[in-house]
Amino acid sequence: MTDTLTPPATARESMSVVLVGHVDHGKSTLVGRLFYDTGSLPDGRYEAVARVCEDTGKPFEFAFLLDALEEERDQGITIDTAQARFRTDRRDYVLVDAPGHKEFLKNMVSGAASAEAAVLLIDAAEGVQEQSRRHGYLVHLLGIRQIIVAINKMDLVGYSRETFERVRAEYLAFLGELGLAPRNVVPVAARHGDNVAAPSKQMPWYDGPTILEALDHFQARPERRHLPLRFPVQDVYKFDHRRTIAGRVESGTLAEGDEVLFSPSGHRGVVKRIERWEARRTGPAEAGESIGITLTEQLFIERGDILSHPSHPPRVSQRLQARLFWLGNRHLAAGRPYVLKLTTQEVTCHLEGIGPVVDTATLAARAQSEVAKNEVATVTLYLNKPIAFDAFTDMVETGRFVLVDGLDVAGGGIVLEPVEGDYSI
Amino acid sequence: MDHLDALEAQSIYILREAYKKFKKLAMLWSIGKDSTVLLWLARKSFFGHCPIPLVHIDTSYKIPEMITFRDRVAAEWGVRLVVGQHTQALAEGMGPEKGRVLCCSILKTEALQLLMAEKGYTGLILGIRRDEEGTRAKERIFSPRDRNFEWNYKDQPPEFWDQFKTDFAADTHIRIHPLLHWSELDVWRYIRREEIPIVDLYFARSGERYRSLGCLPCTGRIKSEATTVDAIIEELERTTTSERSGRAQDHEDTYAMQKLRARGYM
Ligand SMILES: Nc1nc2c(ncn2[C@@H]2O[C@H](COP(=O)(O)OP(=O)(O)OP(=O)(O)O)[C@@H](O)[C@H]2O)c(=O)[nH]1
Repeated sequence: MTDTLTPPATARESMSVVLVGHVDHGKSTLVGRLFYDTGSLPDGRYEAVARVCEDTGKPFEFAFLLDALEEERDQGITIDTAQARFRTDRRDYVLVDAPGHKEFLKNMVSGAASAEAAVLLIDAAEGVQEQSRRHGYLVHLLGIRQIIVAINKMDLVGYSRETFERVRAEYLAFLGELGLAPRNVVPVAARHGDNVAAPSKQMPWYDGPTILEALDHFQARPERRHLPLRFPVQDVYKFDHRRTIAGRVESGTLAEGDEVLFSPSGHRGVVKRIERWEARRTGPAEAGESIGITLTEQLFIERGDILSHPSHPPRVSQRLQARLFWLGNRHLAAGRPYVLKLTTQEVTCHLEGIGPVVDTATLAARAQSEVAKNEVATVTLYLNKPIAFDAFTDMVETGRFVLVDGLDVAGGGIVLEPVEGDYSI
Repeated sequence: MDHLDALEAQSIYILREAYKKFKKLAMLWSIGKDSTVLLWLARKSFFGHCPIPLVHIDTSYKIPEMITFRDRVAAEWGVRLVVGQHTQALAEGMGPEKGRVLCCSILKTEALQLLMAEKGYTGLILGIRRDEEGTRAKERIFSPRDRNFEWNYKDQPPEFWDQFKTDFAADTHIRIHPLLHWSELDVWRYIRREEIPIVDLYFARSGERYRSLGCLPCTGRIKSEATTVDAIIEELERTTTSERSGRAQDHEDTYAMQKLRARGYM
């Protein structure tokens, strides 16, 4: 990979895990607890929170270690994501605490979208609730396949095995319908630390891993360099005599001398040089690298084109079929223009057709002509001009997009395999 | 690709997006380690060039070595430097004795506001990191500020799949945070790997060093014997004190930083 030896400290693996679940089920408490139990708290943080709790006459809240805003502590809810970093012998973790309130679903998605794994948390006393299902659905849609379930507040149900089994069965049935199978379902009492970093004395009937052990069982994200090449053009620079095409290799590898196809423009060219500045890496560029290239011949290349090897090109079309989740206050509707952004491509599009709209909390599907906030639907989009893309199941990075309504991102979608003639309303 | 390679590639991607999308773009250079790493990353992004002007807000209370370092590096690397100073407030006697939070919001935030209005910048790149303190943890990579510079942390736009907010209303601006996902240790390990020049104040002299740099009256030193980057990394791998513990304005009251940042503090 690199020609110099990397010191062990930097070679450590790092993983981002998101914690999701219904409001008040105890996500922030669990993250705070993991933070505390792994000895990762900065000096004085525990004492500072103890002081705030005392001043306001509240019992000590582990959640306050994470919830930093005054409004969050006053109302006891997480508004926007927080994060805790801690390490185990296996790797370094960034644990993202996502808000559970329905109103903050856009923040939950922002926190979850880049995670490699998820912990879905459920209150044992309350059981599976609306956001437990919604979040499960979104985690699935975002492509996160490594999940564990934590059934929290076991102290409130007398550490009962029967209750645990009942909540577990109910949630597994729901996740099963989505095709999601968690690796572990762990009974915990986050506030007291049971089965968080250490096994619980209260639940001798449970012999599975603690949360911390279950996290360590997650696998690192698979390397993307063995996949077909996708190199979206981000910009073209001319700081000196060279015309340098800048971008990030999203998948595969790119070497000097490679013949490349630009899609959707259809140009073909040959890579003259891989350009880097003060880089430790030399040779072919691989997935994840931000580089530049020059071509043997001058071509008119613009931001948005995706480079591939001609043997494995992306699809090019003016129509997209997608599964889409909507976060905007204004409904997604026909007749209004939206800007679709897929990698560095941007194109105006219109809603052409809507398949069944799914209520992600019940999985009930209805025929509707618009998609409201927090709903998921299968849609057909008609684009002003053709773009290059892949089906999400083939290639994650070029198989997903966002829709901008006005000034803000209002929804996200994953590209489905096109089905002939399936464009009707 | 190792961890540092991945962090670097992501930051370069963000910097290139910012450069592509904002006609009037500037980068804040506080002379500290983070924004110096940012400057290095900008040169990587643009193959040795830094086409983005660097803004330094000089409160006049900065530690003198910072200014020497700034001018030397700016000359060596050939970067465009724009220095902003709130001369009017200084003439009227603004200083930390008037209250630290007030001083920060006038000599830093308001000074920046004046400079941005004068230059018409609509994109401002900053080297803040999520692990610095609680409110920064909630930041977006592309984070909107309204016409009064205010940050609406209770209602931020969604941001995912590296699709950033680059459309905004007139009179508002976007803060861009290419180092948001780095930790303090990542920054030092990267400085070591890349051999990035860093102002001497971070290295111990007579048993003390600065861990975070700000204005002379409000920034404390920590006890340390670390005189090299290696020693600093070793020290940080062991420490449990937080990075900004020496910054007085953070400790004025529990939510001081939230209030400062909501009003546009960097
Ligand atoms: N009895 C008991 N209470 C708990 C446990 N874990 C969390 N709680 C309490 O449940 C309440 C909500 O916990 P939080 O951690 O704030 O919940 P959350 O899921 O992060 O909430 P949002 O982020 O706002 O959705 C707090 O009062 C916690 O003290 C537990 O194991 N047992």
